[in-house]
Amino acid sequence: MASLKDVQNKISAVKKTKQITKAMNMVATSRLRGAQENMINFRPYAGKFSEVLGSLAEKSGDEAIPLLVNREEVRKIHVVLCTSDRGLCGGFNVNLIEKAQSFIKEKSEENIEISVTNFGKKGRDWCRTNKITIEEEKLGIVGTTFGFNVAAAAGRKLVEKYLAEDYDEVYVIYAEFISMGRQVPILKQLLPIPPIETGEDEESEGSEEYLAEHICEPSPEKLLGEMLPRNVHVQLHSALLETSTSEHAARMAAMDNATKACNDMVDDLTLLYNKARQATITAELMDIVGGAEALKG
Amino acid sequence: MAENIILEVVTPEKEVVNEPTQMVMAPGSMGEFGVLNGHTPFMTSLKTGTIRYKDESGNERYVFVSGGFAEALPEKVTVLAESAERRSDIDIERAQAAIERSEKRLSDERSKEKVDFIRARAALERAKQRVVLVGTRV
Repeated sequence: MASLKDVQNKISAVKKTKQITKAMNMVATSRLRGAQENMINFRPYAGKFSEVLGSLAEKSGDEAIPLLVNREEVRKIHVVLCTSDRGLCGGFNVNLIEKAQSFIKEKSEENIEISVTNFGKKGRDWCRTNKITIEEEKLGIVGTTFGFNVAAAAGRKLVEKYLAEDYDEVYVIYAEFISMGRQVPILKQLLPIPPIETGEDEESEGSEEYLAEHICEPSPEKLLGEMLPRNVHVQLHSALLETSTSEHAARMAAMDNATKACNDMVDDLTLLYNKARQATITAELMDIVGGAEALKG
Repeated sequence: MAENIILEVVTPEKEVVNEPTQMVMAPGSMGEFGVLNGHTPFMTSLKTGTIRYKDESGNERYVFVSGGFAEALPEKVTVLAESAERRSDIDIERAQAAIERSEKRLSDERSKEKVDFIRARAALERAKQRVVLVGTRV
């Protein structure tokens, strides 16, 4: 049995760990609130944007716009992988990386070249160890408060390279924030822009009829040409926001679990400590009683 | 008096304006346009510039916008912009610093990549418009 001192040390160590996990939990909670707010503030813009874009796309003959057309032969694929910079958030990054791994494996079996843009350190490290071409890495963004310009700059680059035929398809992998307890890794095609679903929003019903008779300035095709690249920025920005929010939620849950586990451990160890203490007392008593008996005799 | 038309200006960061107005004037890419209640459905891209509108009580208000689109419907105008600020929210010092910075960049890097040049010029334009807007009389 462990000595009393050992158990005592162990208990204080676990208590210290608990302090840390509890603090991290609280930090994650407050950051989560901020991230969630950013996400909510972005929604009206994103919603409105896709609504307008959707009806516009329907209207114009979209053959002429290269961002919409699927390429016949796909040889080069680019993946934007969003992960967190830091660990201690449970299976969050593992899930995202697993998604990336299965996708990349599947595509490289078809002899398609893969390159990656990394948002977040964890994904970058993984790409490094697996010798996957990293085109660009952006650290210190996911999990912080960032402006739309981050996504705009990255999006602009993606569109440029896509048009220069450096990539034939572009995907993004990010963690969708479904609820506090659930974040799901999602793989989404960014380019060519998949057919835009209209009438996705229940609220936007009726807007299509309006748009049918819209006057457009300049022409619908030109407007679309301006809006589509921006759609990439919008998608990217929302992916980053979702990932950030998910990261904090995942960390919160992980730290909550860790704190609970610490509590359990402290309970178990305290029991052990008390048992050990009592055992020594009993042993001492036995000694005394034994000694007294011997003297009597 | 004519009925009001709702003006909504949203950016990725937040909703800047959402209120009933008497009239909206906006800088379309093919010329400035005004919208009153009952306007025919209309859609356009916007130049960097200023949206002017009259609020319910007839006061003229100004909002700086850049990189945006506007959709006008009979009862509502929606502006999607990459950045938008009410006149009172413009940081004049920052804008002035931006003017200096981009002017410097333009004179330094004329020979450099074209993309940077275009972007610097756009930045200069944005900053100038901000300063101009703050300078106008209410």
